[in-house]
Amino acid sequence: MIRVQHEDFDIGAEIEALTANRTDIGAVVSFTGLVRELTGGAAISSMELEHYPGMTERELAAIEAQAHARWPLQASLVIHRVGLLRPGDRIVLVLTASAHRGAAFAAAEFLMDYLKTRAPFWKREDGPGGARWVDARESDGKAAERWAEKKGG
Amino acid sequence: MKLLYFAWVRQKVGLPEEDVIPPAGLHDVAALIGWLKTRGPGYEAAFADPALIRAAVDQEHAGLDAPIGNAAEIAFFPPVTGG
Repeated sequence: MIRVQHEDFDIGAEIEALTANRTDIGAVVSFTGLVRELTGGAAISSMELEHYPGMTERELAAIEAQAHARWPLQASLVIHRVGLLRPGDRIVLVLTASAHRGAAFAAAEFLMDYLKTRAPFWKREDGPGGARWVDARESDGKAAERWAEKKGG
Repeated sequence: MKLLYFAWVRQKVGLPEEDVIPPAGLHDVAALIGWLKTRGPGYEAAFADPALIRAAVDQEHAGLDAPIGNAAEIAFFPPVTGG
């Protein structure tokens, strides 16, 4: 499942919902991304998350489908927030559930690496020096590329 | 054809989206960018460095050489920074 929303999410409630009435899940991995106050040494006061409605949902669904094709996952969830966020706020949640932890760990990392390089979101940070669009990081591209070399997990 | 702009591409162009009828003979994304650059200083600034521009044709990531033939919607934006 994927969701793009302005509202915050409750990690515990989302895990509860994902695993409710299931007895085939032995492992749940959760990743939560938070807004940091310091980026490159400068403090930010807020962040605006812009996205491409329509393509965002398609891209996230495609990335999730790839994770399910690669690993034996029983369930997964990706939530990405948009709009105005402040330091300490949650931005993104990835949950992966599988019979054993290996697949859940690997799939969660894969989902985040692909999301960061393919899902059409853009961050604009506001701080004392004004607003600036965040530049894409080369390290994120490298992190996503390594999955192309590996098969399975 | 509908064009959409996001993040600083949107700011530089000065529009979130517009409907255009590109001149005949533009076959790919690169040619469309070349034409857009002639439409004013905002477009020229937004598309000054093609290496910084990413495109999507009908909501799928597309390279500069992707055909634009029957596309309904083409989007231009900087490299993505979500997560």
